[in-house]
Amino acid sequence: MVMLKNKHNEIVKAESRNLNFFYADGTQALKNINLPVYENKITALIGPSGCGKSTFLRSFNRMHDLYPGNKYEGEIILHPDNTNILDKKVDPIEVRMRISMVFQKPNPFPKSIFENVAYGLRVRGESNKRMLDDKVEEALKGASLWNEVKDRLEDLAFNLSGGQQQRLCIARALATEPEIMLFDEPTSALDPIATVNIEELMSELKKKLSILIVTHNMQQAARISDYTAYMYLGQLVEHDDTNKIFTNPTKKETEDYITGKFG
Amino acid sequence: MSVNQKKPSALKDLDLIRTMIRQHKRNDLAFAGLGMFVIASLTITLIILFLDLVLDGYPKFTLDFFSNFPSRKAARAGILSAWVGSSLVLIVTFFVAVPLGIAAGVYLEEYSKKGWISDVIEINVSNLAGVPSIIYGLLALGLFVYSFGLGQSILTAGLTLALLMLPIVIVSTREAIRAIPVQIREAAYAVGATKWQVVLNHVVQYSYGGILTGVIIGMARAIGETAPLITIGALTFIAFLPPSPVTIDPPFLNLDWLNAGFTVLPIQMFNWISRPQHAFHINAAATGAVIIILTVLMNGVAIKLRYNIRKKIKW
Repeated sequence: MVMLKNKHNEIVKAESRNLNFFYADGTQALKNINLPVYENKITALIGPSGCGKSTFLRSFNRMHDLYPGNKYEGEIILHPDNTNILDKKVDPIEVRMRISMVFQKPNPFPKSIFENVAYGLRVRGESNKRMLDDKVEEALKGASLWNEVKDRLEDLAFNLSGGQQQRLCIARALATEPEIMLFDEPTSALDPIATVNIEELMSELKKKLSILIVTHNMQQAARISDYTAYMYLGQLVEHDDTNKIFTNPTKKETEDYITGKFG
Repeated sequence: MSVNQKKPSALKDLDLIRTMIRQHKRNDLAFAGLGMFVIASLTITLIILFLDLVLDGYPKFTLDFFSNFPSRKAARAGILSAWVGSSLVLIVTFFVAVPLGIAAGVYLEEYSKKGWISDVIEINVSNLAGVPSIIYGLLALGLFVYSFGLGQSILTAGLTLALLMLPIVIVSTREAIRAIPVQIREAAYAVGATKWQVVLNHVVQYSYGGILTGVIIGMARAIGETAPLITIGALTFIAFLPPSPVTIDPPFLNLDWLNAGFTVLPIQMFNWISRPQHAFHINAAATGAVIIILTVLMNGVAIKLRYNIRKKIKW
């Protein structure tokens, strides 16, 4: 199988091709977006509110399909099998089994810590207790939450702090061994210490999978991402190495946004 | 400009600000007082009504009253057939209205396409909750008794009250489901759950507190209903019990009771109150007290359940 690679010999895990997106009321939220997501890299999406970065992110796991009337045009190709995940013939459930998501506000289920992490596995039909135990432990360790919760796995998830809840949600998304993880402003509801924890966690996670993250916080994008894409008014303005974007952007608009002159 | 000069700005003058705050607080107090008055007068009316029934009926609060059949002699008359009848009718009502109501509520919230059809259904369901109960009685008489030939039986009565209860269950199911935050739903879909898995593992589980409340309130309404049951021809005097639903021999269940004639508590009460002799009015008062106690108990259980479940699930 031919692997798509960039100039640094990095493998393309997924890419959007001429992606347009229309909400049910007819507004076009994404205009012709072409953007690669590299394997074992963090790609950050930045831009002012309403620029379409969350809409773009949520296209990757077909979240828009939950609401009637939304329409995609173009493709998002998932490698190495070249599946167009926006194809009507591809079941959104199948896409979500391969690409998991962590949301802006921690959203654990009102169930036990264990059941929260195990849910993705249960949905996949896993009922073997030993297997579930192992996978849950592994996921919680992967989300660096294991030591804090190992003695109270049966406690309600709501009893955790906000930062812990978000790491629990990461564990839930991690338990099913996704190929890509989507993060929609995962730290915007958290305090600075919890934010640092999550950021460190993401740098750890990218060794195993590919990450696409939306962030409002430009410092965060600069700290953790390998690639940064700047979006404005539904369009992709610039996409490059994070270093390049933050030190020497090609476009004037990107520079204005990053230096705080705009946005 | 001259207007502004005449009236000094309240933002600058501390005395004016204080007067204004006092005025606002007086409004607060007035509204709270009004609310208190309304609630108190309603509660006191109910309590007086209840006490009146209890004072009239207290000589009948004996075990015999619950274990005797109605009789021509007021002193020996009891509510055995009435409370057994009420219980059996409510069992039918429960097993019909709850599954149907929850299924309908879940369907309308989770599955139905939003459009004019769902709007029409929504308006209809809301209207059904407000239809006078005698209309249900007429419907049941035509449909269950004559068309389906179910007779003037416990089954017919249970189905009739189930119709009455359905909109309450549907509306409370839908409201409970709507209270589930969209983020929780999306979280479930995001790990790859299907619609059915989301409904079964999340929607129903997080909304059952609200659903249960609706069910109990609906049952409390059904237990006091008289008009539709009179319409379908409930007996007013009945001195035997329906066949027992549970038997000693296998298969331990007997469905003959569904076809039996019956009476219920409010009808028994109505029957006694229409007698001229005062002694029967005592029986009626005692029966009324029993109905009120049952209703209050059921509503109390509903409130307690809702409270307990709300404590566990906070969004």
